[in-house]
Amino acid sequence: MKILEMNHVKKSFKDTKVLKDISLAVEEGEVVSIIGPSGSGKSTLLRCATFLETMDDGSLTYVGDPVVQSVNGSASYGSKAAQKKACGYFGLVFQNFNLFPHFSVIKNITDAPIRNQKRDKAEVYREARELLAKMGLSDKENAYPCELSGGQKQRVSIARALAMKPKILFFDEPTSALDPELTIEILKVIKDLAKENMTMVIVTHEMSFARDVSDRIIFMEHGMIVEDTTPQALFTSDNARTREFLGKYHNS
Amino acid sequence: MDLGTIFLELTGGMLTTIQIFLLTLLFSLPLGLVISFGRMSKIWIIRTLTKIYISIMRGTPLMLQLIVVYFGPYYIFGMTISSSYRGSAVIIAFALNYAAYFAEIYRSGIESMSAGQYEAAKVLGYSRSQTFFRIILPQVIKRILPSITNEVITLVKDTSLAFSIAYAEMFTQAKALAATAHNVIPLLAAGLFYYIFNFVVAMLMDYGEKRMNYYS
Repeated sequence: MKILEMNHVKKSFKDTKVLKDISLAVEEGEVVSIIGPSGSGKSTLLRCATFLETMDDGSLTYVGDPVVQSVNGSASYGSKAAQKKACGYFGLVFQNFNLFPHFSVIKNITDAPIRNQKRDKAEVYREARELLAKMGLSDKENAYPCELSGGQKQRVSIARALAMKPKILFFDEPTSALDPELTIEILKVIKDLAKENMTMVIVTHEMSFARDVSDRIIFMEHGMIVEDTTPQALFTSDNARTREFLGKYHNS
Repeated sequence: MDLGTIFLELTGGMLTTIQIFLLTLLFSLPLGLVISFGRMSKIWIIRTLTKIYISIMRGTPLMLQLIVVYFGPYYIFGMTISSSYRGSAVIIAFALNYAAYFAEIYRSGIESMSAGQYEAAKVLGYSRSQTFFRIILPQVIKRILPSITNEVITLVKDTSLAFSIAYAEMFTQAKALAATAHNVIPLLAAGLFYYIFNFVVAMLMDYGEKRMNYYS
């Protein structure tokens, strides 16, 4: 079953075409990495999928539910209620964590499920504690974000996203603000989620990680998908641009 | 005339002063928030009108604004003004003036928030008003509290401007007392009162700041 489907997505900022006709689909349980040079439109694509940007044209479907449709060459968004419902399908983990600094760790995780999804308080707290245990942060339940390291903050923000029980989890360069040791820590968490068959789309610059964890890798450049294939195929690609881009990483 | 008698004489005025202070805050703090929204509005006309409002309120003396609010209804509309309007005029003028200052303080706080906080809230399904009141405003208050304290302390002293429309707050009384007694002690007593008042205000605000120090 397709969890996410985006077709012919176009997005411009002023006169700059950031996304030029992007189409992709993600199956349930699939892990897809998106790689590419800075400015290639990776993050914008993720932001279009999560309503943080409005696409100009194209369609967006979650779990068979058409959320955005292309009507006469422009993107037609559904009602506010439909958009809010669609927000329940996905979670997003930010590069800069964006935890709420005035909430404790446990409140960061439980506030939205209780308040916005109207779920049972006791159940949400129980699940939040399980998530914290899984992230190795059981002792940090009552800490505030400012008391945590970058890696711990990112683990809390992953737990916060998971507490909403999303069908698909997006990561926008989740390790770019972290040092190499903390990066390994976060990548391990994502690998564990992959083992549990969590559907994930990860924008990353960690090439070896992308190769190890992904079912598919999408290589983007200049707002277009250059290749969308398995890690094995991508890393042995004949495409000159792909080879050049990956070569730079190999050499560094 | 000893200090005790003077303080007793001034008690009524002190209560009036405290009343002006509290009512002004009660009205100007929420009004300032509304004005700051207008100042940040996407609609050009609202933004411009609010800008002009703030500019006038900050650019002209509060004493003049008091006089305009009090005598304006008579001179502009020919309405008869009763002396009971005096108290309301004081609160209206003070609230309108302080709201302009508070609006700019709110704006500085709101605009200093990172876009990431709004984005995280949106992705987690918070509505726009929930995002503002639950996520943004608590952080804004922490950031702007020192600036608010400054304004509040100024307000304590500014209440004395009510004497310009002969409103019987403490300073008006102290001046009258000093004039009849040919003595400056009532004015010194008034100064002492303002100092103690502000000392308490500063302490309370400091306590508030410390209470919010649990995160950064």
